[in-house]
Amino acid sequence: MGDIVLQILNGLDKGSAYALIALGLTLIFGTLGVVNFAHGALFMLGAFCTVTFNKLISFQRVTLSETETTAWGSPLEIREPVMEAWFGDFGLWLIDYSVLASIVVAIPVMFIIGVVMERGLIKHFYSRPHAEQILVTFGLAIVLQEVIRTFFGANPIPQPAPDALRGMMDFGTLLGFEPGRVPYPTWRFVYFFFAAAIIGGVFAFLQFTTFGMVVRAGMADRETVGLLGIDIDKRFTFMFGLAATVAGLAGVMYTPILSPDYHLGMDFLVLSFIVVVVGGMGSLPGAVAAGFLLGILQSFASMNEVKALLPGIDQIIIYLVAVIILLTRPRGLLGRAGVMED
Amino acid sequence: MGILEVQNVNKRFGGLQALDDVNLNVEEGTVHAIIGPNGAGKSTLLNCFVGRLTPDTGTVMFNGQSLIGRKPHEINQMGVSRVFQTPEIFSDLTILENVMIPSFAKRDGAFKLSPFAAVKAESAIRDHAEEMLGQVGMLEKRNMIASAMSRGDKRRLEMAMCLAQDPKLLLLDEPTAGMARADTNATIDLLKQIADTRPITFVVIEHDMHVVFSLADRISVLAQGHVIVEDDPQNIKGNPKVREAYLGDAHDD
Amino acid sequence: MFGSKISDSMLMILFVIVVALVPLLAAPFGAGYPALMQFFAIFGIFAIGFNILFGLTGYLSFGHAAFLGVGSYSAVWMFKLLSMNVLPALFLSVIIAGLFALVIGFVSLRRSGIYFSILTLAFAQMSYKLAYSVLTPITNGETGLQLALDDPRILDGERVAGQLPSPTFFGLDMNATTDVAVLGMDVQLNVGYFFSAAFLVLAFWIAMRIFRSPFGLMLKAVKTNQNRLNYTGVNTRPYTLAAFVISGMYAGLAGGLLACMDPLAGAERMVWTASGEVVLMTILGGAGTLLGPIIGASVIKFAEAKLSKFNENVVEAWFSFLPEGLGDSIAFVVAKFVGDGWHLTLGLVFMLVVTFLPGGLVEGARRIGGYLGRRGHKGDLDKLGSNVQGGKSTTAE
Repeated sequence: MGDIVLQILNGLDKGSAYALIALGLTLIFGTLGVVNFAHGALFMLGAFCTVTFNKLISFQRVTLSETETTAWGSPLEIREPVMEAWFGDFGLWLIDYSVLASIVVAIPVMFIIGVVMERGLIKHFYSRPHAEQILVTFGLAIVLQEVIRTFFGANPIPQPAPDALRGMMDFGTLLGFEPGRVPYPTWRFVYFFFAAAIIGGVFAFLQFTTFGMVVRAGMADRETVGLLGIDIDKRFTFMFGLAATVAGLAGVMYTPILSPDYHLGMDFLVLSFIVVVVGGMGSLPGAVAAGFLLGILQSFASMNEVKALLPGIDQIIIYLVAVIILLTRPRGLLGRAGVMED
Repeated sequence: MGILEVQNVNKRFGGLQALDDVNLNVEEGTVHAIIGPNGAGKSTLLNCFVGRLTPDTGTVMFNGQSLIGRKPHEINQMGVSRVFQTPEIFSDLTILENVMIPSFAKRDGAFKLSPFAAVKAESAIRDHAEEMLGQVGMLEKRNMIASAMSRGDKRRLEMAMCLAQDPKLLLLDEPTAGMARADTNATIDLLKQIADTRPITFVVIEHDMHVVFSLADRISVLAQGHVIVEDDPQNIKGNPKVREAYLGDAHDD
Repeated sequence: MFGSKISDSMLMILFVIVVALVPLLAAPFGAGYPALMQFFAIFGIFAIGFNILFGLTGYLSFGHAAFLGVGSYSAVWMFKLLSMNVLPALFLSVIIAGLFALVIGFVSLRRSGIYFSILTLAFAQMSYKLAYSVLTPITNGETGLQLALDDPRILDGERVAGQLPSPTFFGLDMNATTDVAVLGMDVQLNVGYFFSAAFLVLAFWIAMRIFRSPFGLMLKAVKTNQNRLNYTGVNTRPYTLAAFVISGMYAGLAGGLLACMDPLAGAERMVWTASGEVVLMTILGGAGTLLGPIIGASVIKFAEAKLSKFNENVVEAWFSFLPEGLGDSIAFVVAKFVGDGWHLTLGLVFMLVVTFLPGGLVEGARRIGGYLGRRGHKGDLDKLGSNVQGGKSTTAE
């Protein structure tokens, strides 16, 4: 029993990331009808917002000590973060919480990146075949990841979680298991709740605002909404910005779980696409449900008992599920019939 | 015995009874028109003939063989061709190629692996295709890419594609929809000429009464998924049931 | 060269001549060394095959590298078990890849559009992941499958003790190279290149026949209107499956040839970005055209070999004639696009091509040719439409 809880928990953080990326992909696909292969790159860019932010605020000032000297007699170098010098304890706190603090920076940056992407490139591909949309966004994904590699190198850059959220928490005791039975990293909890909040926020936005209503109507039937004389273009641009922001924030918060490197996006892209297809192209609840489902399935498949029974299953479970779903239920779990069937 | 016999066909979409116990008998060599107001189920019925839809109950017999459960390509191989409401052509290919493809399909069947044959060497197929293009008056455009043509030309091309297969039964879904009067008349003349010279049976779905009465030997009137009348054209004109069906839906043309 | 005037036999002869002269033609560009020339030929084959599927039917497979990988593994196994002769190895590569493609294609082709792309991607990723994990006895996992001294090689007789043999074609060593001096250039005549080039010519010839055949016409019809084709009495599934299997066999042949040039096989050949690479090659050159994929493959392999070698110092030397500050800044920017950053160039070029020239380089050449031709003699344009006889692309939307 404890094992099962643990596996479900283990699946949650990956599942949250899949769900967040798939949510954005579905928003873009549902509203704009564009298959965006660069969406994984947006996730990666979000992660690098954090890296950049962290680098900037951790900038150190080097002063030479007037009193102390090194063993060789030269003055001792004192390295001190500029932030500390300027803001004292608050500065140190900010450095400690840089991942969370970078959200403030990532939101506008990612939104602008999304809007620029849509206005600059995606817009021109609305009426072109899906194959060309895939290809051009695939090209863009390569460009984005290479730009990042140029500036940040090829190696993963670890981003520590804040001190207070770093360790493990004994989740099992909450459910009545003996202590130590179900340990779980605290930050993954944070990630899960963060993802849940974002997903809830996006759904609420779509559900309760006029803007969201128009967008949902547009997802259901683009032509009619166009006929109503509503300027759907601006809203769609905004939606692209929103989707980029969601993907970016997913990346920001994921940095303590997986040190970001330049091809982080590509790794997640393939899986997120599969999540979208499994959930049902164009279905937002489907994307979220499938994200968690696949995350948890993957974590179950990694259990030793399962691996002993079905060797290698942990490696392929997601793809296998995708194949089965696509063949038996092409519209996905919650998708409508006929979306992109031709 | 008709070439196409439809008996007790029902089709339901959710809460909508699209076809309600439809019976139809198309005699060989005739032009049989199916008319009716919008939403009467005409296209649904046609789709049941070509394998796009499967009726919930009932039988569709063509030449004594059931069409139910067969795939579109199988039905076509039996001798049923279809012209669509919006022309369905191979728009990236040349006009000549568009007409050669159905000829190949007729000669080679549903599938033939012939990677080393040469299209160029298939003079019989090409001559036949050119003859068909000649019939619809498009021979001089044969090397144009199909997408560059006008809508009227696309319709004529699609007609030539169907004729190239020498079908026993040709289904036409509103062959003059959206056409100007002059084009409509040209299409009527073309269809008449084909009907007179070739042993093809026509089933025509049409809105335009002018077209229907110029062409049809026999007319079925469909309303709310049900065939209310099947009769000769002269008897249809004065039939009160038909008037009611159309007047009840006054905004129909 | 890209007009439709030129006859197929003429094109074929020209093609053979160019392929035979590659060692001479590539030498001035510093591309005349065996490994790179072999890549031209082998990835040319891979791209030609991919184009038979994507260019003709429009089905975008994102998993073709799996067949390449399977081909490599098959060939190396043949080297290990049977003989170092390349023919049985290639034979097995093509057959196994074809069977593999038959299974994957049979399942994937039940869906079209993006769903097909995702299915092929999923299958390829599964193959890749399995090759790394459970299938280690067959693939040798991360190390990759390679020759060993104690391999049986039942057909080969005695061998030099303590030395790994290399693949041969009835005694001709694939690695053998003869250097010839032509006009002061060092021209390298490599057995492996000419062997691969022979297959490239064969692959090109078959592709050309397919393009000109009724079968090829049906494949083009699948791309432009599958619905109409069904109502025209054609069962599209076996056509697309045949195209899929043929292109899988091409990929298997390419994978086998890679193993013939260098007898080892690794799972990284099957990763999805490797599948993406062949997509890039085909689109860059021109999908749906005969020559496009080969041009695309050569351009990408050449750029990879050249651009990735430049480093900042080399670039700085180029711009040293400029005033110091200016030269340095330009060199700084340019350096980002070469060396390790050459993928950046690739991505940018690719985006530009997809955006402005969906027909690829061949389309570009044709446009230039058309522009020049129009200035020369008018009235030739409608001739360009003929598809029955010429090798016209059908990609232009």
